[in-house]
Amino acid sequence: MNKLRIIPRLDIKGPNLVKGIHLEGLRVLGLPEAFCEHYYESGADEIFYADCVASLYERNSLNEIITETAKKTFIPLTVSGGLRTVDDIRAVLKAGADKVSINTAAVKNPDFIKKAAHLFGSSTIVVTIEAIKQPDGKYLAFIDNGREETGLDVYEWCQKVEELGAGEIVITSVDREGTAEGFDIDLIKNITDRVGVPVIAHGGASTVENVVEMVKQTNVSGVSIASAFHYDFINSGKMSREFVNASEGNTRFLNSGMSFRKVNTFDIPALKKTLMENGIETRSLRN
Amino acid sequence: MKKIAIVDYSIGNLFSVIQACHKVGLETFLTDKPEDLKAADGVILPGVGAFAQGMKNLEDKGLDVAIKEYVQTGKPLMGICLGFQLFLDESVEFESYKGLGLVKGKVRSLKDSPLVGSLPVPKITWDVNSPSKDWEMTPFQSVNENDDFYFVHSYYCDVEDKDAMLSTSKHGDLEYCSAILKDNVFATQFHPEKSAQLGLGIYEDWKKLFLM
Repeated sequence: MNKLRIIPRLDIKGPNLVKGIHLEGLRVLGLPEAFCEHYYESGADEIFYADCVASLYERNSLNEIITETAKKTFIPLTVSGGLRTVDDIRAVLKAGADKVSINTAAVKNPDFIKKAAHLFGSSTIVVTIEAIKQPDGKYLAFIDNGREETGLDVYEWCQKVEELGAGEIVITSVDREGTAEGFDIDLIKNITDRVGVPVIAHGGASTVENVVEMVKQTNVSGVSIASAFHYDFINSGKMSREFVNASEGNTRFLNSGMSFRKVNTFDIPALKKTLMENGIETRSLRN
Repeated sequence: MKKIAIVDYSIGNLFSVIQACHKVGLETFLTDKPEDLKAADGVILPGVGAFAQGMKNLEDKGLDVAIKEYVQTGKPLMGICLGFQLFLDESVEFESYKGLGLVKGKVRSLKDSPLVGSLPVPKITWDVNSPSKDWEMTPFQSVNENDDFYFVHSYYCDVEDKDAMLSTSKHGDLEYCSAILKDNVFATQFHPEKSAQLGLGIYEDWKKLFLM
């Protein structure tokens, strides 16, 4: 097995870092640059930016965030959200992203994966699959942050996107996303058993033990974690004051000065330590 | 300040290469013009993607000839990822395609190697390098054997010129060349500009050894 990649996921809305539950009900947590810098310094292996409302608003702020991030953080940066054309991809790569992740555009036009992989190289093209478990136990793929059903069976779709040239798959369990109920191990295992490209698990990380459990039972290449890391950073009080004055969107939480205690939070060094103790290798950091 | 020409022949992320250079005090300019290479103190050939397409892009602009001429001047050339692969004689990806031929060897697919086993391809992970020769007085002089760097690639360099090999890395049981140094030509399969502080250290040492 390769070294497991730990990938903080930052959902972006306008200039802000936001977080919801089941990809909905977004609350503002602060400015993404502050979180990113903190994660870079604490040993993140990669950063994942998801622009939640890219299809609804103009995207200049996202490109600015990418550029500012890429100036300071020398680790890979993946960007997703509303990328529909080759020009969209080119623009975020030019702004400083290393990889792009597509979902809606891939479902609506599977050949877009092929075209993008051909032009930019497979390893630049990540496909995100948003899975929702149905009453009959089947997993269906959704688009538009879990809002629109596609009718596609998740297990068939993951094989199809690999065939079309995707270099990596992010599997998002919408049911678990933002809930801290633990990863949907069954779903993730079924994906890693079916494809030969790296798979990143996203949605539901609860405790470091839960991450260890999931990694042991599946063949994932990386874990994507949002709430546990974000709330840990907020609770730590390490964020400098200049970054706390976000102004748009639902800032009630942010301005209340409250910490968030419902989620079992942890940071990257703590996660790495437990992974190593359980025989799961991660990137080594010099002391 | 020394000026580095970054060859803009594809569509990958050039931004980080520029930032890494600036971070260690090198000036940069992007160019797709053959004549610009002559004016540079150093040249970097970055790149991600497919070998044949990358090589065609270089040929279309006459950059293949310009790079070969540039190497003759003895000034430093650095290749990253696809840039490294293009330094070899040829790729055997889909159809065979000729490379720049600066270093003897062929580019092969990780998928085609039985030694890779059940590991995912592309290889996307942080990984270590093992020395193929003494790293003292090379851009790896500050690198330790357990330092991790960021790799992302589906093809690997099967280098025949063993003297040029600086290090190897593994994917499964396949051991392949992860960096070369042959006179003024230096290249890595991993991305130093994406490998945090240790990666920037490689830029720093490249500058110290070749550009001061």
